Amino acid sequence: MSRHDAIVIGAGHNGLTNAAYLAKAGLDVVVLEKNDYIGGAAVSRELHPGWIYSNCSYVCSMMRQAIHRDLNLSTHGLLLVPYLGTINFGDGDGRLFAYHNPDAAHLELKRHSPHDADAMHRFQADLTRYSQLIRKTLMRTPPEPTSFRPKDIREFLFLAKQFWSLGEKEIYEYIRFFTLSAADFLEDYFENDLIKAAMASPGIIGTALGVYSPGSAYILLHHVMGDVDGNIGAWGLARGGMGAISTALAGAVKAHGGKIRTNAGVRKVLVESRKAVGVLLENGDELRAGIVVSNLDAKRTFTRIMDKADLPEGIFEKACNFKIRGSSGKVNVALSGLPRFSGVPNNRYINRGGQTFSGSLETMERAYDCWKRGRWSDNPFIESIIPSAWDPTVAPPGCHWMSNFVQYCPSALTNGPWTPEKRERFGQTVIDKIERYSPGFKDLIVHMEVRTPHEIEDEIGLTEGNIFQGELTIDQLFFNRPFPGYGQYRMPVRSFYMCGSSTHPGGGVSSACGANAAREILADLRRPNTVPQDDFHDE
Amino acid sequence: MVNRNGYTRLDRYDSIVIGAGHNGLICAAYLARSGRRVLVLEAAESPGGFAARREFYEGFRASVAHTVSHFSRTVADELKLAAKGLPSNFRVLPTVGLNTRQEHIVLQNSSLSGADIRDADAYARFHALLARFARALEPFWSKTMPRIGNNSIGEALTFAHIGFNLRRMGKRDLHEFFRIASLPARDLMEEYFESDTVKTAVSWDGLIGSKIAPRSPNSAVLTMLYRMSEQAGHAIPTTGVAGLVDALSASAKDLGAEIRCGQRVSRILVNGAQNGLSVNGVELASGEMFRADEVISAVDPRRTFLELVGAEYLDIGFTNRIRRLRCDGYVAKLHLALDGLPQFSGLESVDGRLVIAPDPDTVEYAFDDAKYGECPTNPLLEIVIPSIRDESLAPADKHVLSAHVMYIPYRLKGGWTDAARNAACERAIDTIERYAPGIRDQILHSEFLTPADLEQEYRVTGGHWHHTELAIDQMLMMRPTYDAAQYRAPLPNLFLCGAGCHPGGDISGAAGHNAAGEILR
Amino acid sequence: MSDEHTDDAYAGERLKLSPFHSRQSALNIRDAWASWNGYKFAPYYYDPEYEYFCVRNSCGTYDICPMQKYEIKGRDAELMLNRMVTRDVRKIGLNRVGYSVWCTDEGRMIDDGTIFRLAHDRFMLTCGSPCVAWLEQSAFGFDAVTITDISDTLAGLSVQGPASCAVLKRMGFDGIESAKPFDVRRFPFHDDELMISRTGFTGDLGYELWLHPELALQVWDELYAAGEDYGIQPYGETATNMARLEAAFIMPAMEFNEALRTVRFEHDQTPFELNLGWLVDFAKPHFNGRTALWREKQRGPRYTLTKLDIEGNKPAVGSYIYRSKRCVDEIGYVTSAMWSPAVKANIALAMIKTEHLDGDLLAEIYYEKELRHYRRVARCKHIKKPFWMPSRARATPPPDC
Repeated sequence: MSRHDAIVIGAGHNGLTNAAYLAKAGLDVVVLEKNDYIGGAAVSRELHPGWIYSNCSYVCSMMRQAIHRDLNLSTHGLLLVPYLGTINFGDGDGRLFAYHNPDAAHLELKRHSPHDADAMHRFQADLTRYSQLIRKTLMRTPPEPTSFRPKDIREFLFLAKQFWSLGEKEIYEYIRFFTLSAADFLEDYFENDLIKAAMASPGIIGTALGVYSPGSAYILLHHVMGDVDGNIGAWGLARGGMGAISTALAGAVKAHGGKIRTNAGVRKVLVESRKAVGVLLENGDELRAGIVVSNLDAKRTFTRIMDKADLPEGIFEKACNFKIRGSSGKVNVALSGLPRFSGVPNNRYINRGGQTFSGSLETMERAYDCWKRGRWSDNPFIESIIPSAWDPTVAPPGCHWMSNFVQYCPSALTNGPWTPEKRERFGQTVIDKIERYSPGFKDLIVHMEVRTPHEIEDEIGLTEGNIFQGELTIDQLFFNRPFPGYGQYRMPVRSFYMCGSSTHPGGGVSSACGANAAREILADLRRPNTVPQDDFHDE
Repeated sequence: MVNRNGYTRLDRYDSIVIGAGHNGLICAAYLARSGRRVLVLEAAESPGGFAARREFYEGFRASVAHTVSHFSRTVADELKLAAKGLPSNFRVLPTVGLNTRQEHIVLQNSSLSGADIRDADAYARFHALLARFARALEPFWSKTMPRIGNNSIGEALTFAHIGFNLRRMGKRDLHEFFRIASLPARDLMEEYFESDTVKTAVSWDGLIGSKIAPRSPNSAVLTMLYRMSEQAGHAIPTTGVAGLVDALSASAKDLGAEIRCGQRVSRILVNGAQNGLSVNGVELASGEMFRADEVISAVDPRRTFLELVGAEYLDIGFTNRIRRLRCDGYVAKLHLALDGLPQFSGLESVDGRLVIAPDPDTVEYAFDDAKYGECPTNPLLEIVIPSIRDESLAPADKHVLSAHVMYIPYRLKGGWTDAARNAACERAIDTIERYAPGIRDQILHSEFLTPADLEQEYRVTGGHWHHTELAIDQMLMMRPTYDAAQYRAPLPNLFLCGAGCHPGGDISGAAGHNAAGEILR
Repeated sequence: MSDEHTDDAYAGERLKLSPFHSRQSALNIRDAWASWNGYKFAPYYYDPEYEYFCVRNSCGTYDICPMQKYEIKGRDAELMLNRMVTRDVRKIGLNRVGYSVWCTDEGRMIDDGTIFRLAHDRFMLTCGSPCVAWLEQSAFGFDAVTITDISDTLAGLSVQGPASCAVLKRMGFDGIESAKPFDVRRFPFHDDELMISRTGFTGDLGYELWLHPELALQVWDELYAAGEDYGIQPYGETATNMARLEAAFIMPAMEFNEALRTVRFEHDQTPFELNLGWLVDFAKPHFNGRTALWREKQRGPRYTLTKLDIEGNKPAVGSYIYRSKRCVDEIGYVTSAMWSPAVKANIALAMIKTEHLDGDLLAEIYYEKELRHYRRVARCKHIKKPFWMPSRARATPPPDC
């Protein structure tokens, strides 16, 4: 039996971030990972010789630059390259190119709708305003609304001040925005179907809501509040694949003296007199530690690796009721050449950003209707990207790899459990849709990996394969995340913490959850804080 | 007659209320009580709006709004409605969840019968929890919601009061409130209940009247809590729902208000002046004009601003917010004249609110049809037989069946034609027949009012129950939209008092009451 | 744009060319190009100061094709426009132009522009930034009004400077000298028509020519032929900016932030703050932002755009304004500043907190000499009239014509 100051369960990016900051404070930390590779959903794996798949998360925007800089992630090999444009494919021949250059963007929008081209300025100003406010909370611990402790009251006053600084009108608009559906929100600005669909697509990624479901406007914001070098809403690719982020974070953990153990799945968190004292590994080993931090989602943490008997009354039920729904699939494809897309002259811009097959709001909503009925749509929403078009390290020369994120894919099918045949059929549906826009696409396929929620849960442990570790609805956001009363990373068992995306600020490769949890842990241990404050280009 | 300015004017009124729905009448009664000279103008031939009696077949009558729920006790007391013939105690109708297996469940106050013991226990717990929440929120439905920012002390106190009421529930309840307040109905139901019929019957009040499906987050629980306030529970007074209107009219008249029916207002008159515009009267479709110091509109906000006032007198941002109000109704109304009391299989008494909504998925899928502008394959119904309680509605031994049919879209793909209306009507009757075999033979006449018909006949935009969607982004200090949420329009001397204001629709009377309070302040 | 027929893969990203482009590019000796509203646009052609003196001394042309132009017509056109803008459109006579601003409900300035009344029910609105969405929102609730974006179908060329009237006359537009400021005249031109308004953005005598794009080169050639003896030259954005600053005209993104693009609370401006209170007509029927603007008028603007004559000769670009030499209590900021070649003064426009307008004003100026940076605190004089306001700009007929 070995003893550590801290055990972090799960070597996803938040677990690694948490461990890095604990180690930086001088703690003896060990990160335990059940797989033989680290990274959780931020991973790059050579699943076909020569092709490096980022087979879960595929792009990055929310990574806090303060953490990037503070943990010297660039020294540890991380380079984030921004997207400069995306092609949105309409239901028919419609194509909408999203340009980075404002003049070009305006002309392109004007081609679809002069009204919308103009409305885009107001839309962007409003969205920027909304994200500026929410971004301020990313690396802060949410206050507890029932508490009268000075710290919580101070935090509430801080928030009130931020809120107040919006001015009366924008306060109402903000509240409104938080509760609206993506479609209703967008219809305040736009009239063109393709533009609406393109703008709505971040509103459904990863969630079990549709574009018409109230609350999806926030999901939209959650995806655009990140930034790359001050460009709010911009996305970037990690050179070498998303695994480069995990590798860099692991480098930081080790540089500060932390340890990472792979093939070390945790069977159970050991609790003695309502205090976490260590973990029992799958292989029977017992590890003891002063504190235990779980990077697993809330449901898995409290229903799989903890005993109901060790938990205060009601927590187990809360965890069971925690909304963590599988709604996304992923089809990763190795290609022998660059696909050509119809309606995209000379195949330009393929190396500047992604391809989004959004169609129209109705297409997206109908895909959601299928999810509700426990099946996948024949016409799913797909967000694709071909990173190899500008990252030479992820595919052999002249060859390419394409990431296709699919919304929606149910975790449970009405017609019985997932089988390999069904999985292949699901993959085929996705390929068929891409083929419609890229004749000859199928002939380029060298290797293909299809991942339904079932595989995502199995391999990396996200319950139902939910990419956010829990739905981003108001009942599970901010001080309600994961449950009301436990929004400050401390869990109902002493010395036990959570640091994954099930905590504030939620999903996305941001490292913020892990860093926030580390700050709270260090405060409890009365150690000096090692976590930096967030900073922004635009403030 | 001497008005409050102290001089005699016969051609002018102090206040004109447009629309004699229950909110208009309540507001008028309060204003008259304060000594104002009040004129109520109603386009229809009789007051009442959705609550008015409607003879849909010779000798058979019904009200579109077929039950009274959470009607304000304060209003009933202050306007002495009991003295005007309104029964002081409403006998609440049980809510019956119908089931094709004849395993009907009955909800009466805090008890659930007909389901297994686990669900019955869960319902008791659920009801107690929601009742606590409803109690904490209750005071705020009958209060003006203050603006945020530059508040007076009184307004800041309202916020403090809300905070205090919530906090007083205790940490545990408050945490639970945070968690469930925005939950979709379906998630909340799944947490508590096993039986599908129980799930849909219990959550019915969170959905009906709005464009909300079981899986829609954010607004269902608040709507349920709203309907659990005051004299919660759905009732039909012995004088009928219209009896309430009769009592309100009588009260208003008694207090000195003048009610003129058959007078359609076509325009609210706006007067320009150096320091701004102000409203000073109304013009009727007939061209007749009435002057008044203030005009109060019980008409829905969209119609009030866009048709009666007109964009030229309003700011552009405001006009477009009104334009974007979600006003499409999703509930149709079915009226059947029946030869006798219908028999529902396995149901002893039909004296209840019978809900046909087999399971959450069927409800969700019906909503899915409607959101694309189609009529649902399996419509959902809330049925009452009002003639049991109010015998004046039908000839002796004959009965009226009144049903709300969900989700029938206001904007039907291809438009509402007679054929489309008939098809929807037949489908609704077919659905009832599945639970009440033989009912077709009892039908003497049927009437089906789509949301578009309701708009046409009752002059309510979209035929919407709440005048505009009762959803959290259009609630509280944002109802119908900011700058008009305190019953004051952004035009001096113009006020709103209808369901489009805080707290919303249903026959609760709160909007009319609150508006009067704001005007008299 | 994804026009399948083009061979240019990047067609969608390229700048549009003005109808005058071929002539202008020949004169763009330095190949200096920037963009404005998606058009390829010259910041300068040869030398900004030289171009500037063309405007002040003889005659210059400025391409205003990239300006946004909207035709607003129909029975309700006047009603709709009058509700949108702050000045009384009813008072703009037939074939007259009115400068106006329009605001949000909160009275914050969206943009400024000119309104041409071309018939009793037909107007042209010109402005710097695209405005379709706001126009459509403004037109909601008015039945009989149609709005057409004519930005790309109507070309515009500004002819400015003391000799502009003479050149136009020589070009054959007899009677142009009788056009008063803000008058619109129409002249036959090669089986078509040319519209000339006596308007401009230089504070000097000047005209704007409005024409079908097909006529552009012909107009250009005839104009340059007529102007040859006067030294007619094109001038670019830099020279325009110099001229407009001397005339104390405001520019978006300099003096004001367009309200619909403003992210931060009250980082936009009201007309009163911009010294444009005279454009807000409370005697007219309802107009957008009226309630808020009335409040603002009663309260007085927080900031006031102020014309400053600054001691010394170092332009106060980006300077803060303070009350004392100690440079502690900041009371304002400079929006535009330059050395004025015409009046030989160090001039600037600055937003200054209204309550401090009458006190001492000191600008903290940073300047550079051969990579070394220097600081100077200079006293500012609050000027009431525009820095440059020649009488010829208003005289009808103009002198020398």
